[in-house]
Amino acid sequence: MSLPYTSEMMESIKKVEANRKANVELEPVRMTADEKTALLEAFHPDYNLDSFEEIKVGPNKGQKAPKELVEILQGHSRILNEEIDLSNPDYDVDVLVIGGGGAGSSAAIEANEAGANVMIVTKLRIGDANTMMAEGGIQAADKENDSPAQHYLDVMGGGHYANIPELVEKLVCDGPSAINWLDKLGVLFDKDEDGRMVTTHGGGTSRKRMHAAADYSGAEIMRVLRDEVFNRGIPVVDFTAAIEIIKDTDGKAAGAVLMNMETKEILVARAKTVVIATGGAGRMHYQGFPTSNHYGATADGLVLAYRAGAPLLYQDTLQYHPTGVAFPAQIYGALVTEKVRSMGAKFVNVDGEVFMHPLETRDVAASGIIREVKERGNGVHTPQADGIWLDTPMIDMIHGKGTLEKRLPGMLRMYLRCGIDMREVPIVIYPTLHYQNGGIKISANGMSEIENLYVAGEAVGGIHGRNRLMGNSLLDIIVFGRNAGQQAGAKCKEVELKELTLSHVEAFDKELAAAGIETEVVSPKLLPDYRPEGVKRLN
Amino acid sequence: MADMVTVYLYGKKYEVPASLTIMEAFEYSGYQLVRGVGCRNGFCGACATIYRIKGEVELHGCLSCSTQVQDNMCVATLPFFPLEKKVYDITEIKPTEQIMMQLYPEIYACVGCNACTKACTQELNVMQYIAYAQRGEYEKCAELSFDCVMCGVCSSRCPAGISHPQVALLARRLTGKYIRPEAEHLTKRVKEIEDGECKALIEAIMAKPLEEIKELYNTREIEK
Repeated sequence: MSLPYTSEMMESIKKVEANRKANVELEPVRMTADEKTALLEAFHPDYNLDSFEEIKVGPNKGQKAPKELVEILQGHSRILNEEIDLSNPDYDVDVLVIGGGGAGSSAAIEANEAGANVMIVTKLRIGDANTMMAEGGIQAADKENDSPAQHYLDVMGGGHYANIPELVEKLVCDGPSAINWLDKLGVLFDKDEDGRMVTTHGGGTSRKRMHAAADYSGAEIMRVLRDEVFNRGIPVVDFTAAIEIIKDTDGKAAGAVLMNMETKEILVARAKTVVIATGGAGRMHYQGFPTSNHYGATADGLVLAYRAGAPLLYQDTLQYHPTGVAFPAQIYGALVTEKVRSMGAKFVNVDGEVFMHPLETRDVAASGIIREVKERGNGVHTPQADGIWLDTPMIDMIHGKGTLEKRLPGMLRMYLRCGIDMREVPIVIYPTLHYQNGGIKISANGMSEIENLYVAGEAVGGIHGRNRLMGNSLLDIIVFGRNAGQQAGAKCKEVELKELTLSHVEAFDKELAAAGIETEVVSPKLLPDYRPEGVKRLN
Repeated sequence: MADMVTVYLYGKKYEVPASLTIMEAFEYSGYQLVRGVGCRNGFCGACATIYRIKGEVELHGCLSCSTQVQDNMCVATLPFFPLEKKVYDITEIKPTEQIMMQLYPEIYACVGCNACTKACTQELNVMQYIAYAQRGEYEKCAELSFDCVMCGVCSSRCPAGISHPQVALLARRLTGKYIRPEAEHLTKRVKEIEDGECKALIEAIMAKPLEEIKELYNTREIEK
């Protein structure tokens, strides 16, 4: 396959190559706090006010959220006019885990460990989740020069001090034991011959505490967790989406209404405690951005919880990963792991100049790239989208030939499939919608403001404040996934369920009407629709 | 008009833009996918696909999310394949040769046809990692199979009925848990935290006013 770059791109590459040696040696200055603030306000998509809207009903009434999110939060239930018999549930369990990614699987394993009868429902397959796609690594302060306190500082600063301190404390203090748990389950972390973890920097880290399994870190973790779920005989009901939370007459969470994604059959699951672990929202394509996310990332958990009355937190902040693929079309929006920069590749503009430090926090890096392309006009023009160079050949230049292949096999493969050998030529990147910083508000015990409704993973808001650091999401799904499972697994033993009800669903719809909201939208969305528009189809 | 190619999706003929992946070709043709779609990025193995270019002999395995369409491509998806996963307790098994014999004895019936390797969507040397598993060389099996996405195309082509991805996963877990040396710094830190030795430092920071925390952050030393 021949290199698919245009002649214009090849001209620019000549400049990149001419400067490469000097650029490798260059240590770009980091921005000051004031410079970062100014940059974010001018260029970060979260500050693009036109793309946000006020929420008109529910616990976060009066606050802002992305328009696309407001639309589904204020959508109609899928079961609004359905008679659903809650007295004969199809499933009756102690703990119901909604979602089969890293957080849901960790929760299920711990609930099982606590002796609870736990079941996972997931709208696709177990493991079909953003966890599987987390490439770069997982943070934890386990080296001699590091400490949970140092990690705490990095998380708070990276999150612009909006993080909930108790949640961050838990994240960083439980970090090493989370790594240890995975290590003991047999996750194949990168270690040297003495067993020391190979750790690197991520954007915004002050210590090298990024543990990895090549660039398949999340995939390796997910494969092992899934295997462990099966070994423990935990039932997994796949291709089955939760479409509404069920409560009991005391207003506590008591199960979920489910829908078989293929047959559309409606089912009822009764549970003493419920864990929402439904993940992120990249497939909502906020502001028209492409996404690095899994096909099922449609913010379902936020809709379910919100309709049941649980407040959200920081629903107006999203993470745009600085290095999404801008070219070629086949992998547009896909993630280029931050580890590429951890290993020394720098951002270079069309003229071959390094224009910022490669390891600023993600929001700052993304904004810096947007400025370089949109305002300064120094972007690299491609047939798909404009972006800037990420000079990947620097990696082997710094660490020796063969390093990129060994440490970034997934990235190399992804690009080779498109005829691009990233060891030889730089790649074009631009920010891609990557992570839902906000989500459902929880306390340190993992519970939302609805009694017995726990939340873990990307569906949670508050841990990362207004910007998450690389490697803290894999950490968060393990720490808070386990925590939710332990808590829900213990709490279920003292729960006495009252009669089940869906009255909150009807009540929410009445609120919509009272607020004058007229909409055709039904939610949760469950899956995106990429079929061409303008084609006549019968349903 | 973009360059178009002819593809046969489950045998039915469609014209689609040449730049699309197979997965996008399905969507362009009007399918809203539920099966056979996952991360859309080559990591999850949900979109295992088998195709043949019409008129050619060779069958190809691929992931539809990361494979571009070609003219006259005749496509069948493999959204599910019945792999056999044996249940075990990771804390009780040990990395001995016997464990493979107990759990996955069919690997010893490998006829060496190499169809698994030819079909692998990740271009792994599947037959070789199975050979390592047969010999109890689990670390080698783990390394060679590391990029496996467990799509199951290898197993669909295996005359011996081997569930290669499950064998490899067992080898990797054995390697991670038992064969690779312990990370002593990790064990030590976990104990320090359990003993409450890390608490004072973090609580001291948490108790500070925001301005002081900001100052600490902005002036913190960054490891080279």
